[in-house]
Formats: sequence, C-alpha cells, structure tokens
Amino acid sequence: MDTILYVTPLLIQGAGLTIIITATSVAIGCVLGLIAGLARLSGNAVFRALGTGYIDFFRGTPLLVQIFLVFFGIPGLITEVQNWAMASWGIEPLIKDPNLPILWAAITACSLNSGAYIGEIFRAGVQSIERGQMEAARSLGMSHWQAMQYVILPQAFKRIIPPLGNEFIAMLKDTALLSAIGVEELARKGQLLNADMFAPFEIWISVAFLYLLMTLTFSRLVDALERRLRTGDRG
Amino acid sequence: MIEVKGLYKSFNELEVLRGIDCHIAEGEVVCVIGPSGSGKSTFLRCLNLLEQPTSGEIIIDGVSLTDSKTNINEVRQKTGMVFQLFYLFPHKTALENVMLAPMKVKKLSYSEAKSLGLSLLEKVGLTDKAHVYPEQLSGGQQQRVAIARALAMQPKVMLFDEPTSALDPEMVGEVLAVMKDLAREGMTMVVVTHEMGFAREVADRVIFLDDGRIVEEGPPQDIFTNPAQQRTRAFLSKIL
Ligand SMILES: Nc1ncnc2c1ncn2[C@@H]1O[C@H](COP(=O)(O)OP(=O)(O)OP(=O)(O)O)[C@@H](O)[C@H]1O
Ligand SMILES: [Mg+2]
Repeated sequence: MDTILYVTPLLIQGAGLTIIITATSVAIGCVLGLIAGLARLSGNAVFRALGTGYIDFFRGTPLLVQIFLVFFGIPGLITEVQNWAMASWGIEPLIKDPNLPILWAAITACSLNSGAYIGEIFRAGVQSIERGQMEAARSLGMSHWQAMQYVILPQAFKRIIPPLGNEFIAMLKDTALLSAIGVEELARKGQLLNADMFAPFEIWISVAFLYLLMTLTFSRLVDALERRLRTGDRG
Repeated sequence: MIEVKGLYKSFNELEVLRGIDCHIAEGEVVCVIGPSGSGKSTFLRCLNLLEQPTSGEIIIDGVSLTDSKTNINEVRQKTGMVFQLFYLFPHKTALENVMLAPMKVKKLSYSEAKSLGLSLLEKVGLTDKAHVYPEQLSGGQQQRVAIARALAMQPKVMLFDEPTSALDPEMVGEVLAVMKDLAREGMTMVVVTHEMGFAREVADRVIFLDDGRIVEEGPPQDIFTNPAQQRTRAFLSKIL
C-alpha cells in the first residue's frame, strides 16, 4: 500500500502526458479525418484514391510500426536522400539534424493513425444521412459543398460523437505503445519506476487503475454530451 | 415555360424514359399520372437535373438545362421541388428551413430572409409553427413547410413528386389546398400524383406516362371520361 501511495503521484505526471498526446492527436486527427473522409466521398477519382490509400494504410498497419516509421524511418530517409544529393550533385544537406523531437514524432504518428480511423467515422456519418437531404438542398440551388456544410455535416456531427468518443478512448490506451520510443507517458513511467523499485504488481496495478480512471471519466463525459445533444436533437 | 425534346434516360441497361416531348406553358398546371415504375419521378427529376438526362434537350424559362455551359446551381433556382417524403432539414426550425437557401444561395440578409420566411409560412398557414422543429410537426405540416421552402427561392416552376402519398388521409386536404392556391395564383406546376380528384379539379392538362413514353395527354375531362388509348383506360379502371 505504501508503494502504491508513493508511486501514484509520479505516475500521474505520466498520465498528464498521455492525456496531452491523446487530445492533441485526436484533435489533429479530426482535421485529417474530415479531409480524408470527404476525399473518399468526393466525385473526384484522384481525391478518392488518395483518401482511400491514406485510410487503408494507417488502419491496415500496426500503430507500433507507424511510430517506428515516423521516429526512425523518416529521419533515416532524409539522411539517405541528403547523402545521395551530396554524392551526386554536391548539394549540402539542408537539414542538419533530421531527427524529430520525440514528442513531435509521437504526436505525428498518433495523429496520422487517428485521422485514418476518424476519416472512416466521418464517411460513415455522412453516408448515414438519407440521400433526400442532399437532394433537397441541391434542388434549392445549393452547391454540393454548401449542402455538405449547412445540411449534411451538422446532422452527421451529432451521429459521430459516440464513435469519436470510442476513438479517443482507443487512442488513449494505444499511446502506451509510445513507451517503445521512450516517450515518458504513463506506461513508460511505470517501466522506469519499476526498474528503480522493483515492485511490479503495485506499480502495474496502479498504472492500470490510472488508465481505467481516465477512460471511464472520458466515456462518462461523452455519454453526458450525447444525452444533452439528444434532448436538443432534431433527427 | 418548359420545353422538353426527345428526352431519354437510362440507368445502366434499364431505359426508363424513351423519348419524351412536351411543352408546358407559363401558368399551366400539368398532372402526370401512370403506373408504378413508368418513369414519372425520373421525368420530374430530370427537370431539375437531380437526374442527368442520357440524351435530349430541356429548356426552362429560356435556359437550356442540357447545355454543358449552363450552371446547374443557377438553373435549379428556377424550379422548386417538393418530395414525397418532405426532406425537411431536421436540425433547423420551420422558419430556418425556409430561410436557409435564400441566405446562403441568394445572399439575402438575415432580416430579409426572415420576413420572406415568415410571409411564406403565413401563406401555407403555419405562422404559429415558425420556431418548431420538423419532428414536432405532422406530416401535412411538414409538407407545407417544404412547399414554403421551395417557394422561398422564387422559382418559375414548381415540381411535385407525389406530395400527398406519404400522408395520413386526413392531412391530404391541407396540402392540396395550398397547391390549389398556388395554381390559382398562376404558378406553373408539374405534379406527379395519384390524387385524381385534384387532377380533375386543378389540372389544365393530364399526361399519362407508361413505360417511359407519353401515351396520351389532354384536358382532364377528356382523359378521365373518354380516354383514347386502351392502356390509359386499363390504368384508369384500376385506380378510379
Ligand atoms: N437511381 C436509379 N438507379 C437505377 N434505377 C432506377 C433509379 N431510379 C429509378 N430507377 C428505375 O427506373 C424506373 C422508373 O422509376 P421511377 O421512380 O421514375 O418510376 P415512377 O413512375 O415514379 O414510379 P412510382 O409510382 O413507383 O413512384 C423503375 O424501374 C426504377 O426502378
Ligand atoms: Mg415515383
């Protein structure tokens, strides 16, 4: 018990970083997801292919691999390209240190991953609105984009709040994978403390409880928000 | 007002409209009748390009819809469409439903759009429902808001696709009454309907569509009492 009381405040620092990374990534993921989702629904075949390619890649590969790809792979690629440019044309390297700061790499990888899942959520949300809504808007002379903006998306947003909440919770748990590149979020803090103190049960059960506390709190918040929107819901 | 020449429409293999020619004059009320699947909705939807014709020409108020240079969003403002299932915007009040397109498409100011919206709701008898959301309205009331919404763009032509088919019988009358008012004011109307009483009373002309072609057309008294074609007679004997 003493161990638990001692480690919890230290772990909470890690939990703070977990929340920051998750919130930032899901926020950026919402923007990426809206773009990717609309691209997939677009009439333009190039946009559709780009949207589908992005979504398939990040949903079809493990987040851990994506994290490694961003953290190790991208700096590696930059170095190789610069070496090649130096060797072939004598171009001086433009980027002296191609390594990404670790937190940036973490947020980049998680945002790209989240954007792909949210893209699918947006697409499904938009497609769940009956076709007549788009036709009614178009028949009034609105452009496709005006109809999206004023008629389809406002209705779709209400429907995607629950799956968006699920995505947030999934991402919150998945950020534990960032411990693999040494981001000192909650799971990594657990590893470090355990290396110091060797109290695996007390430490990992505390880590688990902190994750549970965050996910439960958040899902309550989403429920409450959903309920509030439903009382004001018109469809 | 409307000029249709050699209109064909296919969905993949299925040829739904097979050469429609017709002329509809300003202020004319035309009812389109015909069996299920005969292409009535498709015909109506071609008139505001919700369906792209496969071939043929459509001219409304002097503008060719089928010309590739025509701006679709602009010509659609010439036609108002009323759907069988209303399709009111559920996240907006009755008044907001009417105001949305004038504000976003015609760039009317909020106060201009509001007074336009209120006057149109008054016209359809729903002033007291202005701030109510569609889910709290009866079917008949929703359809009347939908008519007001279409009128808000000041169209030259109103298109109705079975506007009363989804309504409980006691609500049909209130919607038909609004449509009769419109007809009396001289609105050009194309109405797909199964309401033969309405067609008889209000229509200047009835078009009988079967299998993607106009089989017969004429004043309602001729079509209903003395149809020239066997297929018209067979259809009417089934529904009257
Ligand atoms: N988007 C579409 N894709 C494929 N086929 C379609 C489409 N829309 C209509 N059709 C087909 O075209 C034919 C004519 O349909 P349409 O809706 O115009 O008939 P209708 O006369 O309005 O019938 P109803 O009285 O049942 O409304 C039908 O066979 C229908 O299945
Ligand atoms: Mg139909």
